[in-house]
Amino acid sequence: MFYTTPGSGWLDPLREMERMRQEMDRLFGELMPTLRREFPPMNIWAGENGVVVTAQVPGVRPDDLEITVHENTLTLKGRREPDPQAAAPDVAYHRQERSYGSFARTVALPFRVDPEKVNARFDNGILTVELPRPEADKPRRIQVKKA
Amino acid sequence: MSEQTAATPAQTQPETTRKVPLRSPVTDIYETRDALVLLMEMPGVDANDVEIAVDNRVLTVTGRSSAKAPPGCTLVHAEYRDADYQRAFTLSDAVDPSRIDAVAADGVLRLTVPKAAPEPARRIAVRRA
Repeated sequence: MFYTTPGSGWLDPLREMERMRQEMDRLFGELMPTLRREFPPMNIWAGENGVVVTAQVPGVRPDDLEITVHENTLTLKGRREPDPQAAAPDVAYHRQERSYGSFARTVALPFRVDPEKVNARFDNGILTVELPRPEADKPRRIQVKKA
Repeated sequence: MSEQTAATPAQTQPETTRKVPLRSPVTDIYETRDALVLLMEMPGVDANDVEIAVDNRVLTVTGRSSAKAPPGCTLVHAEYRDADYQRAFTLSDAVDPSRIDAVAADGVLRLTVPKAAPEPARRIAVRRA
């Protein structure tokens, strides 16, 4: 059991740890915007039939997304529009943490992609692009024949 | 109007037993003539997986991610992790938390909290003892 004396946080290690955790959260919370990497953040998955690229694009309308595939590059372009209702003259912001505007990212893939077979889905702000590898390009096992 | 992050919700709610991290969603808050609007980014969270609670003027929003890894694939390059989201705000008396409207679209949750009608002035009659 810990006795908490006001003003002497070190007597209560649990409380002190909680305070430090909050301090760290606050510090990282403030640093994150400057450390922020390219938008949108992407995950790349490799499977037997090709790669799958997923990206977090919350608030981007699917119509505002443009996906292009050329040989072995995937380009994702788009625009995130600010809320149209917030454009009214008597609107006051209390907090603005989201960012808006255009973005473009290009990813080099490890193989050429057949643009006809690319498939894209958009669910709850996550874009999933499936890029199958052409049949002719897949690795093949070569049988060694006996002489 | 005063919105501030309330005491960490983790202190008042049971810990989640999920494998994904719990994050605070990036939020815009703006005020119009007749409402307060909150826009919270929760990518991967379906409208059915959002829980909104108001207790003692503290508004707590929790969203559970339903994003799944593509089947049969391994992650080779990662820039984000799927996460659950939770954030709490303390609402001022100027809004009416009983009439909150919530809409989720494209990974963004929009909460509209209408402003409360001003309390009518009352006259108190003095009784004779």
